[in-house]
Amino acid sequence: MATATATSAATSQYQPQDGRLLDVENLHVHFHTRYGTATVINGVNFTLDQGQTLAILGESGSGKSVTAQAIMGILDMPPAQIPEGVIKYCGQDLLTMPEEQRRKTRGPEVSMIFQDALSSLNPTFPVGWQIAEMFREHRGMNKSDAYAQAVRLMERVSIPAAKQRVKAYPHQFSGGMRQRIMIAMAIALDPAVLIADEPTTALDVTVQAQIMGLLQELQEERQMGLILITHDLGVVADVADRIAVMYAGRIVEQADVFDIYSRPAHPYTKGLLESIPRLDLKGQELAAIGGLPPNLMRIPPGCAFNPRCAMAQDICRTERPHLLEVGPNRSSACHFSKEVLGA
Amino acid sequence: MTEATLAADAQTTSPDDQSVGEAQSLSQEAWKELRRNPLFVISLILITIFVVMAIFPQLFTRINPNDGVLAKSLTPPSSDQWFGRDLQGYDVYARTIYGARASILVGLFATFFTSLLGVAIGTVAAYYGGWLDSIVMRITDVFFAIPFLLGGILFMSTFPNTANSSYASIVGKVVLALSVLGWPGIARLMRGAVLQVKPNEYVLAAKALGASPWRIIRSHILPNAMAPVMVVSMINLGAYIGAEATLSFLGIGLVAPAVSWGVAISDSLPYIRQAWWFLVFPSIFLSLTVLAFIMLGDAIRDAFDPKGR
Repeated sequence: MATATATSAATSQYQPQDGRLLDVENLHVHFHTRYGTATVINGVNFTLDQGQTLAILGESGSGKSVTAQAIMGILDMPPAQIPEGVIKYCGQDLLTMPEEQRRKTRGPEVSMIFQDALSSLNPTFPVGWQIAEMFREHRGMNKSDAYAQAVRLMERVSIPAAKQRVKAYPHQFSGGMRQRIMIAMAIALDPAVLIADEPTTALDVTVQAQIMGLLQELQEERQMGLILITHDLGVVADVADRIAVMYAGRIVEQADVFDIYSRPAHPYTKGLLESIPRLDLKGQELAAIGGLPPNLMRIPPGCAFNPRCAMAQDICRTERPHLLEVGPNRSSACHFSKEVLGA
Repeated sequence: MTEATLAADAQTTSPDDQSVGEAQSLSQEAWKELRRNPLFVISLILITIFVVMAIFPQLFTRINPNDGVLAKSLTPPSSDQWFGRDLQGYDVYARTIYGARASILVGLFATFFTSLLGVAIGTVAAYYGGWLDSIVMRITDVFFAIPFLLGGILFMSTFPNTANSSYASIVGKVVLALSVLGWPGIARLMRGAVLQVKPNEYVLAAKALGASPWRIIRSHILPNAMAPVMVVSMINLGAYIGAEATLSFLGIGLVAPAVSWGVAISDSLPYIRQAWWFLVFPSIFLSLTVLAFIMLGDAIRDAFDPKGR
């Protein structure tokens, strides 16, 4: 395993500078629909280093999955459009790269795991064939070598009796096993960046823990940069190093995991944390954030969160807060971050 | 899904005590289902007989279908001539046997070319979408608007077969006419199937893992979108054989020297009161062939339809 990592790193034309893998700057994504233009991503900035786990947190429709798909370059364009922004991978802009060159980065450089492993696997082919396909497409391996690699990977993601099961079809596996196979495919070519888009949402709680454990283990083993997209605060707490909270297409708060959990600097983050059921507060009503996320075609002026925010003042309805430094290595986009931190 | 396949998701389980179920794809399960279906077995036997008849008619009769004995014109069926003789004194049995070849050839080739054209056009339109889709599908609509038989009649009367055309060109023209008119149905069906398969996450996943467009189409789209086209093609095969007979019946499809059921039926009509055998036997064979292919298509559709389980 270690040798495979070493050889692929040596042959790659992409070398991280100072451990910096991804640099997303001022990313905008619009969706053009019959009813108007939806601003799904509205100026997102973040970075990802080797060995780092960044969790992108947010409600449905906050733009977290679209961010991932924009990085992967698998958005359907049209209707999607990227009017502005830079996505640098090892210093090279993925967005201006020729399509064929970019396609070759998918798999060996940047790779992705999807939410629903059942629908992410092709039902007409055995799982081993699908893993082997990665080696045949990108490495030009012959059939038997590629199958041997597939068995090795299935063993690595702890699928029992991998040798016998390599010829089995996706519907013959349980949900957790399918997600393991999806992970095996995603890590097959030793990517430097792995994006996991809600990898455990479709799974049982016990299986969730196993899958998260496996991802963390693989990340440490290969020093991958991991982007974990989720709406589940519980999942990220143990795994993530940094957390970026998204709301209506923008990052509203970004900080190290410990800081965010102990002292949130944005009212939205605070609301999210308060809405987690806690064992020590039994019998009390759960604090939920009232209202709904805004319609992305009509984002309110000022701070997008102001209609739902308990602290909103006049300035929140007119002026959009910028993502500003509010402490060491943390930033927040709120006019009253200091008050939130102090509270 | 069998019990053996529901393997526990525990890492502690040792690899050896896992009972592993035999791998079964959808097509393998469908095959199992088909073998138990009497409709499928009957239609397959019939089709096998007709295909053998088409390839080796000599196995079924020693009589030359072009040996006309005018003295025996319109002899009724007897032990010498099982199906009787027609106006020209041809043996109806021999001509019916030899007639299978033209019908099956036309049916197979017309199905092959309509499927090929329809699948290619439908897949490209649906996969690439946008303006390409719009243009291609409008062209498809134009062809779709031409009534099948009317178009066939128009085509065949514009480029008529004559008695001294070669066998290949006589059959080829009919195949061409049917293919030109038949592909839009398959193209629409294929486009619909591809549109259904395309948003699946495994297509997105393949894209995210760096598969090229051609590989995505070949490995992920086509295998998952082909089932409806295969079934409809099978049913169409029967319909094309019927269409060939119709064109021949109208005197513009196959012509002599080609021997065909449609031609035989057409020739027999004026003598239906004196010589029923001349009409009835080719008609029975034609009906059975069309029925066999439609039944086969039906059985396959049922086997591939997961809702029928």
